[in-house]
Amino acid sequence: MTTQLNSSFRGTQDLPKWLSPTLLVSFFLASFGLQVLLASDSDSAEINFIPVAVFGLLSFTLALYVISRVIEGVRKATDRLVTIMVSTAFSLALIPLLSLAYTVVTKGVARFDAEFFTFSMRNVVGEGGGALHAIIGTVEITGIATLISVPIGIMAAIYLVEYGRGTVARLVTFFVDVMTGVPSIVAGLFAYALFVIFFGPGVRMGLGGAIALSLLMIPVVIRATEEMLKIVPNELREAAYALGVPKWLTVLKVVLPTSLAGIATGIMIAIARVIGETAPLLLIAGFTASMNYNPLDERMMTLPVFVYTSYANQGVDMQAYLDRAWAGALTLMLIVMVLNLVARLISKYFSPKG
Amino acid sequence: MSKRIELKSLDVYYKAFLAVEDVSMVIEPKAITAFIGPSGCGKSTLIRTLNRMHEVIPGARVEGQLLMDGEDVYGPDVDPVRVRRQVGMVFQRPNPFPTMSIKDNVLSGYKLNNSRMSKAEAEEITEKALVGANLWNEVKDRLEKPGSGLSGGQQQRLCIARAIAVEPDVILMDEPTSALDPISTAAIEDLAVELKEHFTVVIVTHNMQQASRISDMTAFFNIAGSGLPGKLIEYDKTEKVFSNPTEQQTEDYVSGRFG
Amino acid sequence: MTDTKPKAVRRLGDVVFANLAFFAGVSILATLATVAAFLFAQSVPAFTGPPIDAASEGFFSYVLPFVFGTVYASVIGLAIATPLAIGIALYISHFANRKFAQVLGYAVDLLAAIPSVVYGLWGILVLAPFLSPTFNWLNENLGWIPIFAGQVSATGRTMLTVGIVLAIMVLPIMAALIREIFLQTPRLHEEAALALGATRWEMIKMAVLPFGRPGIISAAMLGLGRALGETMAVAMVLSPAAVVSFAVLTSTNSNTIAANIALQFPEAGGNYTNLLIATGLVLFAITMVVNMIARWVISRRAEFSGAN
Repeated sequence: MTTQLNSSFRGTQDLPKWLSPTLLVSFFLASFGLQVLLASDSDSAEINFIPVAVFGLLSFTLALYVISRVIEGVRKATDRLVTIMVSTAFSLALIPLLSLAYTVVTKGVARFDAEFFTFSMRNVVGEGGGALHAIIGTVEITGIATLISVPIGIMAAIYLVEYGRGTVARLVTFFVDVMTGVPSIVAGLFAYALFVIFFGPGVRMGLGGAIALSLLMIPVVIRATEEMLKIVPNELREAAYALGVPKWLTVLKVVLPTSLAGIATGIMIAIARVIGETAPLLLIAGFTASMNYNPLDERMMTLPVFVYTSYANQGVDMQAYLDRAWAGALTLMLIVMVLNLVARLISKYFSPKG
Repeated sequence: MSKRIELKSLDVYYKAFLAVEDVSMVIEPKAITAFIGPSGCGKSTLIRTLNRMHEVIPGARVEGQLLMDGEDVYGPDVDPVRVRRQVGMVFQRPNPFPTMSIKDNVLSGYKLNNSRMSKAEAEEITEKALVGANLWNEVKDRLEKPGSGLSGGQQQRLCIARAIAVEPDVILMDEPTSALDPISTAAIEDLAVELKEHFTVVIVTHNMQQASRISDMTAFFNIAGSGLPGKLIEYDKTEKVFSNPTEQQTEDYVSGRFG
Repeated sequence: MTDTKPKAVRRLGDVVFANLAFFAGVSILATLATVAAFLFAQSVPAFTGPPIDAASEGFFSYVLPFVFGTVYASVIGLAIATPLAIGIALYISHFANRKFAQVLGYAVDLLAAIPSVVYGLWGILVLAPFLSPTFNWLNENLGWIPIFAGQVSATGRTMLTVGIVLAIMVLPIMAALIREIFLQTPRLHEEAALALGATRWEMIKMAVLPFGRPGIISAAMLGLGRALGETMAVAMVLSPAAVVSFAVLTSTNSNTIAANIALQFPEAGGNYTNLLIATGLVLFAITMVVNMIARWVISRRAEFSGAN
């Protein structure tokens, strides 16, 4: 804030603007040089970048703080210290994001080919094969989960916003929040515990995976829908009532259409969230190398489980399994990104204006 | 088409709070009746009881009798939804449905209730209502465009068109011009005067000039203090209320001494 | 009395629709009750049936190391994530310019969208080898601190790596929550502080942090809830052993409940399955309590925030 003020307000004792970037660069270089020196001394030839960064940052911070404290005073020096800390926190969070994106893309492209999307892993040992069976499984299981979650989620949100009063509504609100926190593996165990009753121990079924995912998806759909229904102006409901429209038709034909774009966005984000779930599917949908189109029968592969098992059960040609794992991860990331992007586009172009 | 409304010692409550106390009056058909009074005097609350919109708010209820051409609006077997189909309402702020075109907004009273109609019928109703709301010439070339693209005054006339399209007996207007500029206000006022040819028109207004310009009858409401119920102080022909009121409170209000 | 007369006609459509909505709402309560009941029912054989090799000394001595591992990994993750999340939230809400901040917010949200199995893959194949030399350095130079002591893992698949992965995974939700709360700081308080000639940090200390404290606490609790239940990243990264150990750099680490289930369940049969479900019930109970506390803190704040 202060630096944006008119220059006539700037105290003469302020530090020049070029000082802090210059200091930053020089201390990092110095730290790097020091490390190189130390590394050539000792027997380990490797340069370790973490101490370089830590040492560079600490020395830079200390230097800037001392200079600022001498020239600008304690208050400004503290302000600079905090600014450095906050910016560091932020950059630290971006590093894994960039590293993840870089690794997944560079390692994923090796097997991101036509065969990957047209073959299953049946009778494949070593190189070749693909994830078509996993992609089909993911689409079917996530699709069924969506079909279960969306009607229940929207109706429950309608109950909370349009009808719910008193203790029951408060309880539902509270337990929707609790449900948001159910660990995904517990959802998988629940689906298993439910299906064991009907199909006996050791049951594996695509439908069970869909049930587990619904458990994770419903609270997200409820929350998103609730938010959207709440911002529909009450005046529109009143306008409909005043025209002699009963409440249920008002909700169905005025409130829902007005908030449709927002709800669709929320559903997209909910799908994106559960499509990458691994643990519950590992438990109840299981894994297989073969194609299985029937969610009511036996094991069904899904993309996240494909990634996990490719890594966990590496065969003789290790690299082939790892390449497939990365290609699966890349596919999964792309699906999630596309879903998020579509969600954003829907909310941008289809929200009612005015 | 136009109905006489009779209020018999009507009390309006929000839960335990008595908002309007003991109102008895007769609202004449084919005339404009204006409700005036300071903020919080219950005039908006009272107008919402005339089409049972009041009870949309949880805990709100009414005691006393409200007759429309002799029929009890609050009778035990009366469906509030049916009452509202016969009593149109226009709100303080224009509220066209943002997801609908201009035409669909006009027809919303039918469409939202799932009534089927032929294309020719739909067009006839649209034109008649828009002509009735003095909006036809301005929008006839863009009936399929969204209603939210119109100016505030046009939107309010669209809301009036929407209300008269279902051919009600009564039109209620709750401060319909308070969110509009003077030119749009004049257009709505002219329209209100035309509407009384066919409908019973009740208008709540903050603007005393507006009441004196357009209404035939004026009801003045007042409260003794906050937390106390609003009461009907004086109800008479508009000229009488504004030029020679019976009550001192009315005189103070219309002469601008308070409120 | 008019208000005691029988209720007016109810339309069929209204009755049906309102009941549908009601049952959808109540189904949430029913579902959670069912989850608890079924998990419980499936846990019982673990106690009544014949003993299982893995848990020869009883259920509680079996589950204890996992409870410890779950809590320990989450606490490490939280200890790393909380200051970072506050920093990120401050950066986006009060340091970056508005346009830039929006892009940054989106970038952080992207972290939340990445599936946990991808984090697992990245954690073991990229992060663990990258951190390994630093672990050696920490052990050599700070080995006198008990948590850094012991034989350093050669692979980097340690508790500390897991803690860092968990921190990255819970960071986005925590940062987003804290950012929202910081942005709600009453403008007047901020402007009052600035008008008094406060620097940006002094303004944050005077106006933003006191206002956001309950938000930070509840965000930390929600982050904890997430970290406790995280499965795949831990299952893939950690090199587990059935021990209770505070050392964060060695290859013998206490496993977490969730990761143990994921690793054992596919191969388990008979009573072993029931045993694992019983540990899942323990995890469910722990996360429920943590989340309830978080919600309670939030709702208490909502009641008292007369400021906005």
